[in-house]
Amino acid sequence: MYSVRLWSVRHARGLNAFYRGFESALVALHPLWKLLGYQRLERPVAVIERSVKGVLFDCKMCGQCILSSTGMSCPMNCPKNLRNGPCGGVRANGNCEVRPEMKCVWVQAVAGSERIPGGTEALSRVQVAIDRRLQGRSSWLRVVREHTGEPG
Amino acid sequence: MNFEDEPVPGYPLPILAGHTSPGRLERVLRAGQFAVTTELAPPDSADPEEVYQRARIFHGYVDAINATDGSGANCHMSSLAVCALLTRVGYAPVMQISCRDKNRIAIQGDILGGAAMGVCNVLCLTGDGVSSGDHPQALPVFDLDSMSLLATARTLRDEHRFLSGRKITHAPRVLLGAAENPFIPPTDWRAQRLAKKVDAGAQFIQTQYCYDVPMLKTFMRRVEDLGLLGKVFILVGVGPLRSAKAGEWMRTHVPGIHIPDSVIARLAGAADPAREGRNLCIELIQEIRAIHGVCGAHVMAYRQEESVADIIDRSGVLGGRIPWYPGRDSEPNSNRPNSIRTGS
Repeated sequence: MYSVRLWSVRHARGLNAFYRGFESALVALHPLWKLLGYQRLERPVAVIERSVKGVLFDCKMCGQCILSSTGMSCPMNCPKNLRNGPCGGVRANGNCEVRPEMKCVWVQAVAGSERIPGGTEALSRVQVAIDRRLQGRSSWLRVVREHTGEPG
Repeated sequence: MNFEDEPVPGYPLPILAGHTSPGRLERVLRAGQFAVTTELAPPDSADPEEVYQRARIFHGYVDAINATDGSGANCHMSSLAVCALLTRVGYAPVMQISCRDKNRIAIQGDILGGAAMGVCNVLCLTGDGVSSGDHPQALPVFDLDSMSLLATARTLRDEHRFLSGRKITHAPRVLLGAAENPFIPPTDWRAQRLAKKVDAGAQFIQTQYCYDVPMLKTFMRRVEDLGLLGKVFILVGVGPLRSAKAGEWMRTHVPGIHIPDSVIARLAGAADPAREGRNLCIELIQEIRAIHGVCGAHVMAYRQEESVADIIDRSGVLGGRIPWYPGRDSEPNSNRPNSIRTGS
């Protein structure tokens, strides 16, 4: 929801801190996930992830979440899917070129990342081309697998 | 500039030490000359002569010609084809690639194809949204963004491989460029965005139209503070406004264009607004040239392309230098062709 999305950016600091803890817990529970089976977990976890992040961020389930690097403003809400910063068409009032009624996702991202410690630095990292095959898959499980070296 | 190793038109120049492309634009920039580039509006036609006519009016005044890629999301002859026609007779085009219409498979193919046709400069753009053009029903692709496009082109050139990892036998020797718009939000972050583009592979930058020199100066100071001046050549975009009405229309309808009220007022008060618009453009070029770190001007005069030569001539920024054009060196005293000169 649009208004909740704006709220999330205003509370980027708290949400980021919460996510850090949540991610550590997910990683710590790796043995449990392994026991249950990552393949089997994929669908139910993706459903939960979609509903939670859908409400908070209008998440599009790209499967490669970079919210912590974008001030809690989901870049996939940009009509051009820009993952590396704003385009050259942002309106003078900071709204989107394509959807004039919407605040530019990247103007929001800059504002949000200024609230996160080290956030603007994260914003400066070049994000490589997205893997479209991961669309719809759980980013949370992917992060755990990356941390633990679990193939997936 | 005259190069003693000037090749047969259509054949590449040798690549000098420390250069990444065999192109003239890179040579002019690295030689520390104030570079001048312009933009060719691709025709709505399959006639190559229309491309050559549009290029001819710039003879002797520009170092490179940008071939736009469906600018404003309107359909025209493709930038790859315009570039192929231009390189055939020796011009140095800047091939614009937008992420709007093609995915990574098509784009990488175009970069290889363009380089094979003699394209030495590639400008990596995100592109306007389809809604602003003449085919709003179209699918917006945006598989890559300008940043990942830059990184992709650099991978092709420097690592000799596709994004997939598959090897290519002959890398495209191209100078990589990108766009920047210092005049719109988030203005405080625009210099960092430029740094990010340099990180991703940008070697030169062409900016959006500049009508606000103080804003540009602030931006350039930030760029200098970030230590970018030695790493990237910055060409500032300029263009003549035909009238106050045209300026007003542009700033309300064209995405990303910032024109201060004072500029509109100056045109509104002029007896001959079109002439005033050209004079303003000349003044802007001269002011921009004096800014530390600015390496050139990118003159965009959509539907007023015939005024470009006059503007550059009167601005005096070439300082007597005559950029290459087909036939320049075979003419007796190597002069600008008088027949097409619009006069000052």
